Amino acid sequence: MSNPENILEVKDLKVHYPVKTGILQRVTDSVKAVDGVTFEVPRGKTVGLVGESGSGKTTTGRAIVKLAPITSGTIWYNGEDIGNLGKKPFFPYRKKIQMIFQDPFNSLNPRMRISRIIAEPLDIHFKDMSPSDKMDRVVELLKKVGLDESHVNRYPHEFSGGQRQRIGIARALAVEPEFMVCDEPVSALDVSVQAQIVNLLKDLQDELGLSYLFIAHDLAVIEHISDDVLVMTNGKIVEQASAEDIYENPQHDYTRKLLSAVPKL
Amino acid sequence: MTRQIFIRLLRNRISLSCLIILALLYLCAIFAPFLSPYPPSTQNLKKAFHPPTAVVFKDWKLQVKVYENIDPSAAQYQAIEGETIPIKFFTGGKLFGLDTEDDQARIYLLGSDSTGRDVFTRLLHGARVSLTIGLVGISITMTLGFVVGALSGYLGGKFDSVMMRYVDFLLAIPTLYLLLALRAAIAPYFPSDKMFYVIIIALAFITWSSSARVIRGMTLSIRQRQFVLAAENMGQGKFAILFKHILPNVSSYLLVAATLSIPNYILGEAALSFLGLGIQEPEASWGLMLSQAKSMKVFMLNFWWLLTPGFLIFITVIAFNILGDVLRDIVDPKMKTTS
Repeated sequence: MSNPENILEVKDLKVHYPVKTGILQRVTDSVKAVDGVTFEVPRGKTVGLVGESGSGKTTTGRAIVKLAPITSGTIWYNGEDIGNLGKKPFFPYRKKIQMIFQDPFNSLNPRMRISRIIAEPLDIHFKDMSPSDKMDRVVELLKKVGLDESHVNRYPHEFSGGQRQRIGIARALAVEPEFMVCDEPVSALDVSVQAQIVNLLKDLQDELGLSYLFIAHDLAVIEHISDDVLVMTNGKIVEQASAEDIYENPQHDYTRKLLSAVPKL
Repeated sequence: MTRQIFIRLLRNRISLSCLIILALLYLCAIFAPFLSPYPPSTQNLKKAFHPPTAVVFKDWKLQVKVYENIDPSAAQYQAIEGETIPIKFFTGGKLFGLDTEDDQARIYLLGSDSTGRDVFTRLLHGARVSLTIGLVGISITMTLGFVVGALSGYLGGKFDSVMMRYVDFLLAIPTLYLLLALRAAIAPYFPSDKMFYVIIIALAFITWSSSARVIRGMTLSIRQRQFVLAAENMGQGKFAILFKHILPNVSSYLLVAATLSIPNYILGEAALSFLGLGIQEPEASWGLMLSQAKSMKVFMLNFWWLLTPGFLIFITVIAFNILGDVLRDIVDPKMKTTS
């Protein structure tokens, strides 16, 4: 069935959205956001998923954590089939699989203090934790992502984009996940800040043994962080290779186009 | 956030004066039994339509002039030269009263009505009804509006379409006629003093629909934002998302909408009572008091003091509206109309 070396295996995943027309709202067509995607993520490694806007990479990431409805296909996590689980049985995986979001200005509730934002997953998954333990954990997480203890009582608008993304990472780390879906975590940031965040993610991976599915549209970022790279377009994976191979010896036309779009010095 | 809004309200001169006026009115309503010289239903049939009694300063004391009725058919009163009664303060659990043995003597700061009841007293007691009706009303409206609107926006699907069609249905009903019909249908089952609550509830259960609409729209846009996705991803429950993530982000709208809709309740109560469908005698409310002024006699003989409840309604409604406008400017600077 699945290889125990892989933390995640996705087989023939499809996410189709029905197109309804007419008064009777009959389903006349479907938008194939993800159309038969198969890949695996080895334990402790990073798999990069690259493609242009609208290629279905974000939907793939969201389907794994059930934020997008799966039409067909299977997802194995640690050998367990999680693709067809209901809401209740999937709940434990909401702790193990975390997500980092693209837009750091939008992914933190503007009306919540940093301490509450980071403690929110703790409230859900560690109900027995005392408030003071939670606070200690929040401070520990802030330090881990390179922020200061004094930031706990501030609101998100008081931080820069890079700092907010660090807060997002701290929130994801709070419940000690094994696997993280990073949905374009650096696309909205300045180039210099991008490097800091990518390096932070790499350091955290070494320290905590995390596995990443790293979604981006920028091959330069992907090459820097990934072990394997998947190239996706129109809902399908067109090329799958190690990061060096993609760079040195791209096979598919689309990959070559993407590579030629990377600015060179 | 709420504290910041409040501080900015206090810094703005216009909203500060509105807040002070409203605070005074509410204080008067709360302390009505203490501030008013008589119980609200005490009559004096010999002193109907009595004009406001003049207060003079004599013998180092505040005194009121004594009047005699010179033409009972036209309710004409004339002050008796040299005859006054001193005012006593802090007497018998009241702020002020007359220092006299004569139980027919009255101090009418704002005149008396058709049965010789003190208008000033009844204004204070009427404020209790007229001012609380808005607060009770908006708490029902805003709660229902938020719960229905946010659930519709967040859950979508069948629930959304059923609730929104129901909202359409409510919006299509002419409110005044429904109230009249409700009042007529309900009247036999409630004593007239309970009618007050029935009116608020009837008003509130009709007017929640428009705020539900707006909240639904706001929820639709908020639920697409990534912090809601993040909360779903970490396994947060539906109701926790509603109250932790959506409510705080629509609360500023709720605050503005609530402030701007309090006047509607005050006016609604006034309109119903004016038509004789609201608060019943001998209870007091501003609308009910104003309905006395609709008689030809009051109009022709110029008993202006019977219009004071209208003036208070005017002041209250204006104050709430301006406060709501300033609040909206603070919460949403893009809507600002003046620089």
